[in-house]
Amino acid sequence: MEDSSSTVKIVVPPKQSFSKEWASDQKAFKGVPWGKAMMWIFLVSDTFVFSIFLISYMTVRFSTKAEWPNASEVFGLHVGHYNVPLLLIAIMTFILITSSGTMALAVKYGYERNRKMCGYLMLATAIFGASFVGMQAFEWTKLISEGVRPWENPFGAPQFGAIFFMITGFHGTHVTIGVIFLFIMTRKVFRGDFDTGRRGFFTSQKSHYEAIEIMGLYWHFVDLVWVFIFAFFYLW
Amino acid sequence: MAADSYEDVAKSKDTIPALEVQPQDLYHAKSFWTKYIFCQDAKVIGIQYGLTAVAIGLVGLASSWLMRMQIAFPGVIPMDPAAYYQLVTMHGMIMVVYLLTALFLGGFGNFLIPLMVGARDMVFPYVNMVSYWVFFLAVIILAASYFVPGGPTGAGWTLYPPQAITSGTPGGDGLGIVLMLVSLAVFVIGFTMGGLNYVITILQARTRGMTLMRLPLTVWGIFTATVLALFAFPALFVAGIMMTLDNMLGTSFFMPAIVQFGEQMTHEGGSPILFQHLFWFFGHPEVYIVALPAFGIVSDLISVHARKNIFGYRMMVWAIVIIGALSFIVWAHHMYVAGMNPWFGFFFATTTLIIAVPTAIKVYNWVLTLWRGNIRLTLPMLFSIAFIITFVNGGLTGLFLGNVAVDVPLSDTYFVVAHFHMVMGIAPVLVILGSIYHWFPLITGRFLNERLGRIHFWVTFIGSYAIYFPMHYLGFMGVTRRYYEVFEGEAFTYSITGINQFITIAALITGAVQFLFFYNIIVSSKRGKKAGKNPWKACSLEWRTEEVPPTHGNFGKELPVVYRWAYDFSVPGADKDYITQDTPPSAVANAKVEQT
Repeated sequence: MEDSSSTVKIVVPPKQSFSKEWASDQKAFKGVPWGKAMMWIFLVSDTFVFSIFLISYMTVRFSTKAEWPNASEVFGLHVGHYNVPLLLIAIMTFILITSSGTMALAVKYGYERNRKMCGYLMLATAIFGASFVGMQAFEWTKLISEGVRPWENPFGAPQFGAIFFMITGFHGTHVTIGVIFLFIMTRKVFRGDFDTGRRGFFTSQKSHYEAIEIMGLYWHFVDLVWVFIFAFFYLW
Repeated sequence: MAADSYEDVAKSKDTIPALEVQPQDLYHAKSFWTKYIFCQDAKVIGIQYGLTAVAIGLVGLASSWLMRMQIAFPGVIPMDPAAYYQLVTMHGMIMVVYLLTALFLGGFGNFLIPLMVGARDMVFPYVNMVSYWVFFLAVIILAASYFVPGGPTGAGWTLYPPQAITSGTPGGDGLGIVLMLVSLAVFVIGFTMGGLNYVITILQARTRGMTLMRLPLTVWGIFTATVLALFAFPALFVAGIMMTLDNMLGTSFFMPAIVQFGEQMTHEGGSPILFQHLFWFFGHPEVYIVALPAFGIVSDLISVHARKNIFGYRMMVWAIVIIGALSFIVWAHHMYVAGMNPWFGFFFATTTLIIAVPTAIKVYNWVLTLWRGNIRLTLPMLFSIAFIITFVNGGLTGLFLGNVAVDVPLSDTYFVVAHFHMVMGIAPVLVILGSIYHWFPLITGRFLNERLGRIHFWVTFIGSYAIYFPMHYLGFMGVTRRYYEVFEGEAFTYSITGINQFITIAALITGAVQFLFFYNIIVSSKRGKKAGKNPWKACSLEWRTEEVPPTHGNFGKELPVVYRWAYDFSVPGADKDYITQDTPPSAVANAKVEQT
C-alpha cells in the first residue's frame, strides 16, 4: 500500500459506447479521476438546491397578494443625471463570467505544467470572484439603506426582500467559499505542490493538477447558477 | 479439478483485466485518537455511525413507550398535551432520519461498500471521517433541543407550517423548532459528504472483474438509496432554511396572513402548501432511502441462507432502480387532504400504484428464491422471512392509502400509523436486526448467542404484529392519530380502551426485548462462539479478507479479482455448495456455471 503506486501500471481503456463502459468492471466513467466524478455528482445535488430555491421563489411570487416590485427600478443606479437600470448587476455578471474564462485558462496551463501562468490566472479568478462578492456587499448595503429588509420592503411585496437576501446570500456564500479555495489553491500552485506531489495538511493525500480542474468545475457551476438567478430574479 | 494444479491453471487460462484504478494511498493511524476517534477507516466510521444512530434511537424508543403509556393508561405517567406532542415529533424524526437513514447508509454503507466492491477504503477517507463528525454534531444539536426553554418542537415530524412556528405549538416560539431545523440542515451537509463517497466508491473504485451487474444486491440497494438521498435532501435543506428565516427573521415564505391568540401576526402572503410539497419531495424518497437498502440486504441474506442463487438478479437490480426513479414523482400522495387540485390526486395516485409493480417483482423474487431452496432457519433467515411477511402486509395497506377515494376517510387515523410502521418501520428494522446477526461474525469474529437471538426474534416479530395489527382496526373505526387522549363515550365503543391497553403492553414488551439484544451484543463480542472465516459460506467479497475481522485496508497485498456474481450457490458439479466471487473459472472447471 505504501507508495506502491509507482510500480503499478494503470491503463485507461479506449473510448467505448456508454453501455459498454457501464457494463465493464472497475470504473463506470473511464479515465475520470475520483475527485472529478465526485465533484460532478455534488454539483448535480447542488443544482437541486438552487432549483428548489428558484421554484420556491416563483411559488411565493404568485402566492403573495402584494405587488411585485419592478426589478429594473429597484436595481438601478444613478449615473450623473441618468438612471441606468441594472447597471451594477450587468457589471457583476460580466466580471463573474470573465472569471470563468480565466479559470478555464488556468486549468489549461495547469495541465501544461505551466506553473506561473496557471498561478497568475488562478489569482486573477480569485480577485474577480472577490470583487463580485464586494459588489454584492455594496448592493446589499444600498438596498438596506433604502429600507429593504427580509420582512418588509418599501417597493412592494415583502417576499421580494426575503427572496433577494436569501438567494443572493446563498449564492454569495458559494462564491465566497470558492474564492477562499481559489486563494488556497493559488498558494499551492506557486509553492509547486502540484509538481512535487506534496501531501495535503488535513487529508494527507498527494496534491495533483486535477485539483485545479475540479476547482474549475465548481467555479463554472457557480457562474452558471448566477446566470439563472440573473434571468429569473433580475430580468423577470 | 486437482487442487495442486490450481495455481498454474489459474495463471494460464483465466484472463485478468488490466488495472484501471490507482492503488489507494491510505493514512495509517498513528495514535489512539486517529485509530478509534478521528478514524479514516470506513469500517470504524460505519460502527461509529451505527452506535450513534442506535444511541439516539433509544431516545426515540423511550418516546414511543411514553406515548403509548399516555394513550392507554392516562395519568400513570403525568404529562400535558404539549409533552405528548413533543414525544410524537421527536419519535418520528429520530426514527426516520437519525436512526434508519444513518444506520443503513452511514452504518451498513460504510462498513460493507468497500468490502463488497473490493476496495481498500472509501475513495476519500478524510471526507468520510468529517461526514461522521458532522452527523454527530447534528445529533448533538437535536439532543440539545431537549434542554432549551420550551423543550423540543411538538409540530409533528412533518413540521408543517404555520403551526410549527406559532406560539401555540410546543417549541414553536422558542428554540425547539430552530434547533430541529438546524440539526436537519447539518445532517444533510454531513450526509452529502458521506453519500458522495459511497456513490463514487461504487462507480469508480471497484476491483478488477467487478462489473455493476456482479455487485451484491446489498450494494445496489445502498447505492440507489444514496443517489435518492443526494437528490432528495436538498428539498429538506432548502425548506429548513426558509422556515428558519420565517421563524427568526419574520419572512413570509410559508406563512400566510394569520391571527394568533387574537393578534394579527406580521406575516402575509406566504404559501404553507409550498412547504408540504418541499417536505414530501424529500419525504417520499426518504421512505425508499430506508427501504431500498433493506431490500438489497434481505436479498443477500435470503440467498445465502437458502443456499440458492437470487431469483431474477437483473430484475431485482432494475426493480431497485425503477422504484428509486418513481419515488420522485409520487410525493403528493401524502397531501390528498391538503387541498390540492383533485387532478393532482389523480396523477399521483396513478404513479403511486405503478410502484406496486417493481415492488411486487421483488417480493415474488424473494419467495421464488426460497422456493425449493435449502433453507436454513438461522436467525438472519428468520428475520428475512419475517421481513417479507411484514413488508407484504404493509404494502397491501399501501394500496388502500394510495387511492384518493379510500385515503380520504382513512387519513389521519391509526390505519395510516399501522401502514407506515409496518412498511418502513418494522420491515427495515427486521432487516437491520437480521443483518446484524449475519455480519456480527465479520465485525467481531464471533457469533451472537443463538438462544438469546431466538427469544429476541420471536418476541420482536410477534410483538410488532401485536402492536400494529390492531391499529388497522382502530383506524377503520375512525380513531384519529396524534390525539393526546382518546375520548370514550359516544364516538367509540369501550373496546378502544382495551385495544389500546393491549397495544401498549405489547409495545413495552417488544421494546424491552431489544435490551436483551444489546446485552447479547455486548456479551457475545467478548465471549461469543468463535466464528472463523466465512461462517455462513457466503460468496461475496466481504468474507474473503485475509484476516477476520478485516483490518485497515481490508484485503491483503493484492486486491481480489472477481470472476462471477455473488450468488453461485449449489452449483451442479462444484465440489462445494458455493463458489466465491474471486474463484477463477479454471478452479471450478467441472461446475456448470452460467456466464455472469
